Amino acid sequence: MVWYILRRLLQVIPVFFGATLLIYFMVFALPGDPIAALAGDRGLNPAVADALRVRYHLDQPFIVQYLIFVGGIFVGDFGTAFSGQPVSEILAATFPVTLRLALLAVAIEAVAGIFIGLVSGLRKGKLFDSSALVVSLILISVPIFVTAFVAQYIFGIRLGIARTTVGIGAPWEDLILPAFVLATVSFAYIVRLTRASVIENLNEDFVRTATAKGLSRRRVIRVHILRNSMIPVVTYIGTDFGLLMVGATVTEGIFNVPGVGRTLYQAIIRSEAPTVVSFVTVMVIIYLVANLLVDVLYGFLDPRIRYVK
Amino acid sequence: MTETIPTTPPGTRTVNATPLLDIRDLHVGFVTQKGVVPAVNGISLTIMPGETVAIVGESGSGKSTTAHAIIDLLPGTGKVTSGQILFDGVDLATTSDKAFDDIRGNLIGFVPQDPMSNLNPVWNIGFQVAETLVANGRAKKGKDAKAKSIAVLKEAGLADAESRLRQYPHQFSGGMKQRVLIGIGLSSHPKLLIADEPTSALDVTVQRVILDHLATLTGDQGTAVLFITHDLGLAAERAEKLVVMYKGKIVESGPSAELLSNPQHPYTKRLVAAAPSLASRRIQATDRGLSEMHVAPLAGAEDVDLIASAEARAEKLMGVSSAAPAIIVEGLTKVFQINTGKLRSEPFTAVDAVSFSIPRGTTTALVGESGSGKSTVARLILKLETATSGSITVAGKDIGSVRGRELLALRRQMQPVFQDPFGSLDPLYNIGATIAEPLVAHGVGTRKEQQARVRELLDQVALPVSLVDRYPNELSGGQRQRIAIARALALKPEIVVLDEAVSALDVLVQAQILALLTELQTELGLTYLFITHDLAVVRLVADNVCVMRKGQIVEAATTDEVFDHPREEYTRELLAAIPGSGIQLGV
Amino acid sequence: MSNNTPLSRTHFVAPLDETPLVAVDKVSVNAKPSNLYRDAWRDMRGRPLFYIAGAIALLAIVVAAVPSWFTNIDPQFCNLDFSNDPSSGGHILGYTKQGCDVYARIIFGTRTSLSVGLLVTLIVTVLGVIIGALSGFYGRWVDAVLSRISDIFFAIPYILAAVVIMSVVAREARSILVLSLAIGLFAWPSTARVLRGQILSVKNSDYVTSATALGVSPFRVLLRHVLPNSIAPVIVITTIGFAGAIVAEATLSFLGIGLPSEVMSWGKDISEAQGDLRNNPMTLIWPSIALSVTVLSFILLGEVVRDALDPKARARR
Repeated sequence: MVWYILRRLLQVIPVFFGATLLIYFMVFALPGDPIAALAGDRGLNPAVADALRVRYHLDQPFIVQYLIFVGGIFVGDFGTAFSGQPVSEILAATFPVTLRLALLAVAIEAVAGIFIGLVSGLRKGKLFDSSALVVSLILISVPIFVTAFVAQYIFGIRLGIARTTVGIGAPWEDLILPAFVLATVSFAYIVRLTRASVIENLNEDFVRTATAKGLSRRRVIRVHILRNSMIPVVTYIGTDFGLLMVGATVTEGIFNVPGVGRTLYQAIIRSEAPTVVSFVTVMVIIYLVANLLVDVLYGFLDPRIRYVK
Repeated sequence: MTETIPTTPPGTRTVNATPLLDIRDLHVGFVTQKGVVPAVNGISLTIMPGETVAIVGESGSGKSTTAHAIIDLLPGTGKVTSGQILFDGVDLATTSDKAFDDIRGNLIGFVPQDPMSNLNPVWNIGFQVAETLVANGRAKKGKDAKAKSIAVLKEAGLADAESRLRQYPHQFSGGMKQRVLIGIGLSSHPKLLIADEPTSALDVTVQRVILDHLATLTGDQGTAVLFITHDLGLAAERAEKLVVMYKGKIVESGPSAELLSNPQHPYTKRLVAAAPSLASRRIQATDRGLSEMHVAPLAGAEDVDLIASAEARAEKLMGVSSAAPAIIVEGLTKVFQINTGKLRSEPFTAVDAVSFSIPRGTTTALVGESGSGKSTVARLILKLETATSGSITVAGKDIGSVRGRELLALRRQMQPVFQDPFGSLDPLYNIGATIAEPLVAHGVGTRKEQQARVRELLDQVALPVSLVDRYPNELSGGQRQRIAIARALALKPEIVVLDEAVSALDVLVQAQILALLTELQTELGLTYLFITHDLAVVRLVADNVCVMRKGQIVEAATTDEVFDHPREEYTRELLAAIPGSGIQLGV
Repeated sequence: MSNNTPLSRTHFVAPLDETPLVAVDKVSVNAKPSNLYRDAWRDMRGRPLFYIAGAIALLAIVVAAVPSWFTNIDPQFCNLDFSNDPSSGGHILGYTKQGCDVYARIIFGTRTSLSVGLLVTLIVTVLGVIIGALSGFYGRWVDAVLSRISDIFFAIPYILAAVVIMSVVAREARSILVLSLAIGLFAWPSTARVLRGQILSVKNSDYVTSATALGVSPFRVLLRHVLPNSIAPVIVITTIGFAGAIVAEATLSFLGIGLPSEVMSWGKDISEAQGDLRNNPMTLIWPSIALSVTVLSFILLGEVVRDALDPKARARR
């Protein structure tokens, strides 16, 4: 296990440097001036523009800019947002909210997705299965901002059972609706993935042998089918973190959840390019870390990974 | 449970014993959109308490379906359509799912075919043994189950059972996994054990040890065994009674010795004639060289009689062996870097200073178990892999440094046929294009000439010319292997490397392909490098044998010498592992 | 024959007329030739879903190609007098807050969605296939380098990458092509990974080894044997990726960083309608339905193709 984690860590390092370098290279190489874009069509006072350039080190050569940024990350400095507030401060305030939202969403999609996928797989071709398939395909096809508005309209405006915007301090009960919205797409994929692996595992030799050993069907399903079907689902949740973060940006923006996503959402809407870059970089780092954690979890779930010969 | 009162059909009962298992007119079918496809068509058989009965048949004969029907584990849409399966007087065909939980494991044990896929990879061995004991009420959860699991594994022949409880299946070798599965199958001391090809995925020497152990255990416990196998020799050696199945029906059954020495049904005759283990035993029994012996072919089995074709070959090849060598291998070594998973790699010597030569127009067999390095030797000779050291000379030319045009010329002289009949042909190429591919690649002939050559080759491997526009997935394994042979012969090579070319085929088909290979060799003067794990086949087709173990050749001699006077202990072990050593055969 | 029922200790032989012998390994000669792709095509044509999804996708393509066949209202013509008016003669879906015709905007927005879908799919497939094929087939350092590169690109979720690019790029440089590049340049790694994995398994099959041993050159082996046998899953994810690209475009347009203001887009319309969710939800719902149904049709096509091409998926049906 130690070797496995070590190997994964070693793989992440070049990816981290590569990804951050890539983001900075894009900003540097693209036509367009982030500071000018900031001002929109109005134009900016040249003195203010120069001051901003210095603040974002835009007057330095590319590689120096990059090194300043990466160096900062290691001491917890992610730069300064357009408002003048350090990104790390904003993060400290917003990250816990996003983490709660994301955990809630992942819990919803994993529990509901695995359960419905399992039942679907065990009842392949029956009414439940066909309905689950149809619903999951529809959920996959509806973009998340549409889901968000539909949920806002139905539960917030029509039924009035949920608030359309999240209150101060983002209490848990306010996060439920955004979490459900955030969970929809991945939920649908998890249903399909679980169903597929359950059907595959049902035909595995070791499942037949487990039955032949005299185990009850309940136990075979729980211990041998469900347990094994979790492995691809966990991997999926890991790779899906990217989608989750894009979803969080849109969902937090629409529901006004005071998290990292909303900060990015507002920076995008207000064309604050430097803030956008900082926060996307933060999200990429979160994505890498989350993937690493999921890989470790995967190692616990699958002993073939854990023990190398 | 529904107790059915058996209405005794005339003549089904022996006078004074009640059978443990009594299958009566069993029909099993698979439900498809086009209706029920029958898999087992009215078979009847009985097993007495403590008796070992073997069902022998080719793939698709319905032998495994019968076994699965007994314990209600038919795959997918399979179901018993009519008939009775009386186990201790209870009809299993009408037993409820719930009641079956008490029968499986407890009264009827099961040992599956492939040890690799039959243990759950995510649970440790101890867990999988313990849950069986708990489910069958043989142990209480916790300490008791652990202690009893150790006992079960010890009995199954795992000496260091205690330390192995916490290990996972992938840390076990195939043979050890099969011991675990046997331990699980017998853990509740069932009255009947169903063993579905329990060792066909294992190396021959391991196979023998495990079957011996299984026989001891079931003998001690007085367990009756239903043994499913495709190998007639193995079945006869291990069971008192044989049941031969063919296309869902029983064609012949009876005491093993009687059935082998006096097969009556033409299908059984074919099987007897085509089983390499039996054929090599029979040759052995004559105590003479092949060229001198003459065995009357079994009537009705001419097309698959291995001994007949081996004889014909021996006669035609008399005196060829003095010719110049086609291939000379000297000090061949191949070292791979194996990734250890601990951030570094370790060298692994797959082939270790191997030397041999193959006289032109003869067959040399490279025999070894899995991991012996035999296939790596084939890949090196075919120049699919580069040797670490040593030299290979083909037709007088060192192939170590050949490149480009010269390599192409080398490839023309030497063609391969690989094992997997389902993998050796590109599924997207039709048969005509497949056989023509070497001609196209080497730019031989015009399109018309190529097409003519394809037809000629199809004829040579005894396939209808109408197959040219068909695709591999429509053909059987044997037919695919014929296509692979036709493709290998397209450029009229001198040497053909046969890497386990007949190993994956059913015995009758295997016999046919072996006969075809023999015929082609005598006709075209081909030199064969024949790579196999099956020593029995070697006896029938090879002139010389090299026995490989752990990358080295441990013994090399003529076939007769190796079989009659093996010098090495390992060779003797391999020979002893050929099934059927305990059988008296009428020659 | 009555005592021929098998007994425990007696030798039973089935009557030959009940168990006739068939020639060993007989060839059946009268069937239609078939292979994976022919079978898949036959399978797809037998499924109603294929026709339904295909019809919607085809309709979307026709609308995108010639929007004027479907409406003669100018989608750019907006009159605040009609702000949020319900449907009336000729304007079947009513007006937006700006007083533009909702139906006409949906019709003209189709082209944007499908253009981005097509361009992104092209970019992703070309990059993904080339990189995946080289990396899987040649292995060694080629694979090491290409795999690391694709890991890096994979680490940046493609919509976030596009967000960065579109935020930074000058306003006047924004266009459908730039947007497609922004998405496509970061979306290829999954295609490359799928193809690489497929090639790694196909590469070791005996027919590939045979071809090499027969004297076929490596590049020809890649082109004639390896690629055709590994491309099936790429076809599936390309179809589904088309849907993904449409969603990505809509999301970026929704965030207001996709396209220049004169280009019509469903995402933009949805974004503009969000303020009126309480008063006039239909101006948001209609473009949402157009977007979701178009995406659904391509997802469904992908499903049908997967079911047809992947024998495992077929078994799950």
